[in-house]
Amino acid sequence: MWDYTDKVRDHFFNPRNVGEVENPDGVGEVGSLACGDALKLTFKLDKSGKIKDARFKTFGCASAIASSSVLTELIKGKTLDEAAKVTNKDIADYLGGLPEQKMHCSVMGREALEAAIDNYRTGGKKKHELEGNVVCTCFGVTDKEIERVIRENNLSTVEDVTNYCKAGGGCGGCKGEIEKIIQNVQGEKLKENASVSLQKGAKLTNIQKIQLIQQTINEQIKPALREHGGNIELIDVEGNKVIVAFRGMCAQCKLAEYTMKDVVEARLREYVSDDLFVEEAGDSSELPHNHMEE
Amino acid sequence: MKTIYFDNNATTKMDEQVFEEMKPYFSELYGNPSSMHTFGGQIGHKIAHAREQAAELLGCEPSEIVFTSGGTESDNTAIKGTLYAAPNKRKIITTRVEHPAVLAVCRESENRGYSIIELGVDKYGMIDLAELEHQIDDNTVIVTIMYANNETGVIFPIDKISELVKSKGAIFHTDAVQAVGKIPLDLSKSNIDLLSISAHKLHGPKGVGVLYVRKGTRLSPYQLGGHQESGKRAGTENVPGIIGLGKACELAKENIKLENNKVKKLRDKLEKAILKNCPDCRVNGDIANRLPNTSNISFEYIEGEAILLMLDQHGICASSGSACTSGSLEPSHVLRAMGVPFTAAHGSIRFSLSKYNTEDEIDYTVKTIPPVINRLRELSPFVPK
Repeated sequence: MWDYTDKVRDHFFNPRNVGEVENPDGVGEVGSLACGDALKLTFKLDKSGKIKDARFKTFGCASAIASSSVLTELIKGKTLDEAAKVTNKDIADYLGGLPEQKMHCSVMGREALEAAIDNYRTGGKKKHELEGNVVCTCFGVTDKEIERVIRENNLSTVEDVTNYCKAGGGCGGCKGEIEKIIQNVQGEKLKENASVSLQKGAKLTNIQKIQLIQQTINEQIKPALREHGGNIELIDVEGNKVIVAFRGMCAQCKLAEYTMKDVVEARLREYVSDDLFVEEAGDSSELPHNHMEE
Repeated sequence: MKTIYFDNNATTKMDEQVFEEMKPYFSELYGNPSSMHTFGGQIGHKIAHAREQAAELLGCEPSEIVFTSGGTESDNTAIKGTLYAAPNKRKIITTRVEHPAVLAVCRESENRGYSIIELGVDKYGMIDLAELEHQIDDNTVIVTIMYANNETGVIFPIDKISELVKSKGAIFHTDAVQAVGKIPLDLSKSNIDLLSISAHKLHGPKGVGVLYVRKGTRLSPYQLGGHQESGKRAGTENVPGIIGLGKACELAKENIKLENNKVKKLRDKLEKAILKNCPDCRVNGDIANRLPNTSNISFEYIEGEAILLMLDQHGICASSGSACTSGSLEPSHVLRAMGVPFTAAHGSIRFSLSKYNTEDEIDYTVKTIPPVINRLRELSPFVPK
């Protein structure tokens, strides 16, 4: 059971400002049913440009609802410039803290606020658009957003980033990229994992290279595919050509080609050698039969 | 506030009679059953009796019962013990809806050179027997398929499956943790080689379970260092636990009709009323082929953790397959394997009943749920106007 503070419980059981403002000046919608939480924020300004009324509707767990409720309380009476300074940390602090895995709820609040302000400033015409390039395709999180949560909350691990903005929490295929963003933002390379004895860059014998390829597949690639019921097997290595076969859900997946280049090949280049390229084993009849085939 | 406990697939209330049986073995009767003296030896007789009680419930020989620390250990022992005993075969077949105690063990084996086939399920939560038959080959060492699913209660045709597996020469294991005590089963008439049960799911104590090992099944011991359990499981016995498990098995055998009549009636009443009083709900899993105590209902547009916390305010205990309750970001692997849309999976609630639930509790719950659902739906941006 989650250890929620009394504040969280209070704002969940007695949420403030539920609903939608009539004829709102700004509307912000973030999240989706598929993601597991979503928030629609509407606000109305008074003549002096201060937020007169703010209301929310939220689909999500207790902390998502409590964060939304607090958000509306925090921004009421503020000018838009003042409101824009509200961070996810302000929301979490107001609640007396949130469980680590639930920090993304506070980030969702801040995102909805930004979306609503954006919506107002563009005259209600433009819907909020994501800034930057999408890194996590499962939850639609961009590099800009990831950089921001890292900066604002001083995060140092991929797990933290997942807790704060969900990125990396689906298939896990973007964890390497998140790691890089963390390194860039923190301005220092994280120390190499001491347990990895073989390393990219070192001069490798053929056997060492194949070992490193297998290790990378087992540790970096399989877990990501596994999340979606897929799998991969190393068939052979010829020079710089790595021959693999997809298993499980991957074998029939329309995105397999994408996965091949953007996940498998990218990971192998990242961890083993930049010269590697990946091919899918051609003659599948020699391989163990896959259960998903007819 | 009274607690209304609808989470019996997670754990059950221990029967008073079970507790009474166990009490002396925590205190005055502390002997070691392996000892030569009468003081310890008498404990050995009690353990033999518990073994008979468990065998009676399962329809097997007492010598085929191995006491373990619970369902997870039984599953681990069954799978790993079989792999070690038959090192030349390298294929494992299971399903995508197994309990993690099975699924994680299979997946871990993959890193040691085994190939794993995880059979998919249809929208009712059922596997395709033809696909299973097609998959079992000479290289298949073990097939492990649960008796009944913990989240949906869907019951697998284990007799047919075990017959099929036997005819192909592989070992068959079933995680029957959720089934034993809720539906009748008779091992003397089946081809099951290995079967896991857990005492705390049938009103017994936590921390003790059984692995049934059919006579003649080759199994490497998982835990070494003692002659206990005929060398199949070393370590001084959990004496009070085993005695409690025995009593729980005896009571389960007596109560199996109660489960299927009273409990099922209450479950059906609860489910019907919820479906009737809350729009946009659906039952997950094969309605006709389920454990009598389990109902898994999805409430559209709202999220499971929020529902659970609201119910908790009213003393009602249930569980959810939503992502938020587990701290992960994706909902239940069982519901996803069944193709339940994410929208419904996030709002899924499992009610699992027991013989201790009453008509009054059902009436109270039926009254309590619709306002809770409505309240959360008022908060939801997705409810159609």
